[in-house]
Amino acid sequence: MKNSRLSLKHPGAANLERRLFLKQSLSIGALSLLAGCELTSDERVQQVLERMSRWNDRVQGWLFDPKKLAPEYAESMITRPFPFNGYYPESDVRVIDETDYKLQLGGMIKERKPWRLPELYALPQVSQVTRLICVEGWSAIGKWSGVRFSDFLQRVGANLTARYVGFNCGDDYYSSIDMATALHPQTLLAFRFADQILPPKYGFPMKLRMPTKLGFKNPKHIMEIFVANDNPGGYWEDKGYNWFSGS
Amino acid sequence: MPNWVRVHPLVVRITHWINALAVLIMVASGWRIYNASPLFESFTFPDGLTLGGWLAGALQWHFAAMWLLALNGLVYVVYGIVSGHFRRRLLPISPRAVLHDIGQALRGKLMHEDLSVYNAAQRAAYLVLILSLILLIVSGLAIWKPVQLQELAALMGGYEGARLLHFFAMGLMVFIVVVHVVMVALVPRTFPTMITGRLKRSA
Repeated sequence: MKNSRLSLKHPGAANLERRLFLKQSLSIGALSLLAGCELTSDERVQQVLERMSRWNDRVQGWLFDPKKLAPEYAESMITRPFPFNGYYPESDVRVIDETDYKLQLGGMIKERKPWRLPELYALPQVSQVTRLICVEGWSAIGKWSGVRFSDFLQRVGANLTARYVGFNCGDDYYSSIDMATALHPQTLLAFRFADQILPPKYGFPMKLRMPTKLGFKNPKHIMEIFVANDNPGGYWEDKGYNWFSGS
Repeated sequence: MPNWVRVHPLVVRITHWINALAVLIMVASGWRIYNASPLFESFTFPDGLTLGGWLAGALQWHFAAMWLLALNGLVYVVYGIVSGHFRRRLLPISPRAVLHDIGQALRGKLMHEDLSVYNAAQRAAYLVLILSLILLIVSGLAIWKPVQLQELAALMGGYEGARLLHFFAMGLMVFIVVVHVVMVALVPRTFPTMITGRLKRSA
């Protein structure tokens, strides 16, 4: 009798058992999938997932090396056409009026005088060809030029020991980053894309470009920059995307 | 007097089921993440088989369960090496024996009488499964941190290379899991042993 249940030489018995087992495992599978759908909307599960996301913020803060540079690429590798991304379709891109534009500064900053575009263009400019990685998974290489953000923050007397820098944008978008990333040498207040003044679809009049963070953390159409110790959150971050979202 | 044979050690049973849960969450949420920007335009996963409801939800599941997968995997691998479990159960393994046993299995002739001894096809399958999971974790780290871990990402051809590798390692892993589950269905008495750890000797 030993192993008679196992032997495949008795197809009748084996088949019955197999069918029963498959039926059971299928219903277990279906149950767990159903439970999975319910689970996500369950508040306690949602709380655990949120807490894990905050834990991942901390881990990413530890992993972030303020001196580690993102890879730079040859200009021949720039993705053309460079994809548009935003929380609205490209046809709804906001056009910010240049004539009365002033960049507002707020929070823990000493000199809060608003900046006009020609004044910003007159600051020392640097360029980078880096990879933008979208939270969706795709990536594209682009060239951005502008002021090194750490230089700008120092120039306006921002409190560099504060924890966060927040951004309010002309397209009702908002976001915020950690101070360590704000001071990273490749974090740019960018005015140009591919050597041209940023067209509206890429964020005129300026975009914060950080190759060390996912695309949605790079705000466009910036109207106000402020420094704070309370996390200002963000448009996508408040909807459940990970706040740090570092690369 | 029933005579019990010890088939699976406790650590292996616990880590097996935690791993099963973690892999289920990682695959179901990973498929949702894939769908947000498919690597292959004409291929997406049915939403009904995914977890998270939308991209942000799927990412929350994926980046929570990754800790479960990695820590549990670490316990299993350290145990497997230190206790000699890997050496005893998964080795030795020769390509010829693996091919022979796979051929036998395809003809429905492969026997698995002593459940505490894995045949060559099983050894190969479990080793490849372990390797594919390690590959998934390593390529996943490169996708998560393509700047901080850029040296690691560079080994895979950078961010986009790591993405491709992550996808194909998932495919390999899911294939072995499907074969594994089918084999358990064909030899159902193996199933309870992964819970109780033992088998009643009928002789």
